[in-house]
Amino acid sequence: MANYSTNEFRSGLKVMLDGDPCSILDNEFVKPGKGQAFSRVKLRNLKTARVLEKTFKSGESLEAADVMDMDMQYLYNDGDFWCFMEPDTFEQHQATENAVGDALMWLNEQDICVVTLYNGSPLSVTPPIHVELEIVETDPGLRGDTAQGGNKPAKLSTGAVVKVPLFLDQGEIVRVDTRTGEYQGRVTSK
Amino acid sequence: MTDWQPGISLSRLRQRSRVLAELRSFFQQRHFLEVDVPVLATTSVTDRNIESIAASVAGVSAYLQTSPEYFMKRLLAAGSGDIFCLGKAFRNGEAGSRHNPEFTLLEWYRCGWDEHQLMDEVSDLICGLLPDTGVVKISYGDLFFAHLQVDPHQAALSSLQKLAVEASSSAWSNESRANCLDLLFSVVIEPLLADGLVLVYDYPACQAALANCYQDPQGRQVSRRFEAFLNRVELANGYSELTDAQEQASRFSADQQARKIAGKPTMDIDRRLLGALQSGLPHCSGVALGVDRLLMQIENATSIDQVMPFSWDHC
Repeated sequence: MANYSTNEFRSGLKVMLDGDPCSILDNEFVKPGKGQAFSRVKLRNLKTARVLEKTFKSGESLEAADVMDMDMQYLYNDGDFWCFMEPDTFEQHQATENAVGDALMWLNEQDICVVTLYNGSPLSVTPPIHVELEIVETDPGLRGDTAQGGNKPAKLSTGAVVKVPLFLDQGEIVRVDTRTGEYQGRVTSK
Repeated sequence: MTDWQPGISLSRLRQRSRVLAELRSFFQQRHFLEVDVPVLATTSVTDRNIESIAASVAGVSAYLQTSPEYFMKRLLAAGSGDIFCLGKAFRNGEAGSRHNPEFTLLEWYRCGWDEHQLMDEVSDLICGLLPDTGVVKISYGDLFFAHLQVDPHQAALSSLQKLAVEASSSAWSNESRANCLDLLFSVVIEPLLADGLVLVYDYPACQAALANCYQDPQGRQVSRRFEAFLNRVELANGYSELTDAQEQASRFSADQQARKIAGKPTMDIDRRLLGALQSGLPHCSGVALGVDRLLMQIENATSIDQVMPFSWDHC
């Protein structure tokens, strides 16, 4: 792979650091008037999601990481792996539980997710920002209470539990923001 | 197309003009001579960490000056008396939120003064522009000891390298004393400096640059170099100036050697400056202050391009 020098470090660049693929978040040029120039770099370790701060000497370089984000359709879970497909080539990729991570509770079959590939294998999965899921379990809806006030927990088809307004019932489809886990609205009613 | 527009707002452009006028009037009131020395010359600095921008004049190689220092010292040696220069300086490869390859530098020299008198004058200048600025004076050694419990002048290189590795990464385990100190200062100490103006003096001898050295009261070899930080931003660098031509020549040679080892292009030594020192530079102190950074503080700007008419990105 290519090497990137500190003056090429940009937000979003994927590099190898201590054997792990990282994404650069921020690169600040620091130089005392008479002194050595540095780059203070913030990076996210793509395996652990931890954010690190490192100071490099100007001109130091890091190896590029073979990391690529790809839109893929989520197909199914076979018990061990979560299976995703490239929509153009129909090539399938098996993601481990570790790679799926927190995306697990939003994975709805057929939805298009962003799968981050590292050396060709899924490293992490980002669910769509908005998903539409069925309520499979909640207290019975309170008729007439459509205006305001109060909410209740509802379990969705993927296992996620979100707070929904009191008037909603089992079997209804709701729209949820996967970044915050917040209910956005009702999609259909019975 | 909107990329013709300046990076600075009109209100900041007016403020910039006011500040430039106030700086001039500060020195005129104190009976300085304003000098406008060349920014283009056939030689430049040998500094290990400062890169000159090369130019070509009728086939002769030349450089944009990284500061007016050498020309000003030649004027001082010619008997100019107290002088100031408010002009442009250029440093290659320096670009960021606090750096632009072309910037405005205010530099002045006081004949017969030591660096502590000059620090007081820096303080007068800043407090005139920014009333109610708190001022702290502290030595480099005390500052290091307060934050890192280490004596930067006498600690073994290995212990400074260990601290540098802790502050950043394993890549620092083989760095020079000066580089480790710069890293620790920039990464650990600078963010912890007090609000207002902090004047740091008695820099390590290995970072003396063009300053005199002496033995401090604790018997350590330190340099008569100081720096001024305004709200944790490096603003000015000053010296009790080295007047010994021989010592200056040997520092220049050491710089060239260090640049060779680091694989950087070397710069010819400025013989005319050495000639001026041989003929006799009066005992004096001088300081250079970044005017754009001063404006950033006055204007609460987060980036240098917000206070420059056209930063490099617009040029």
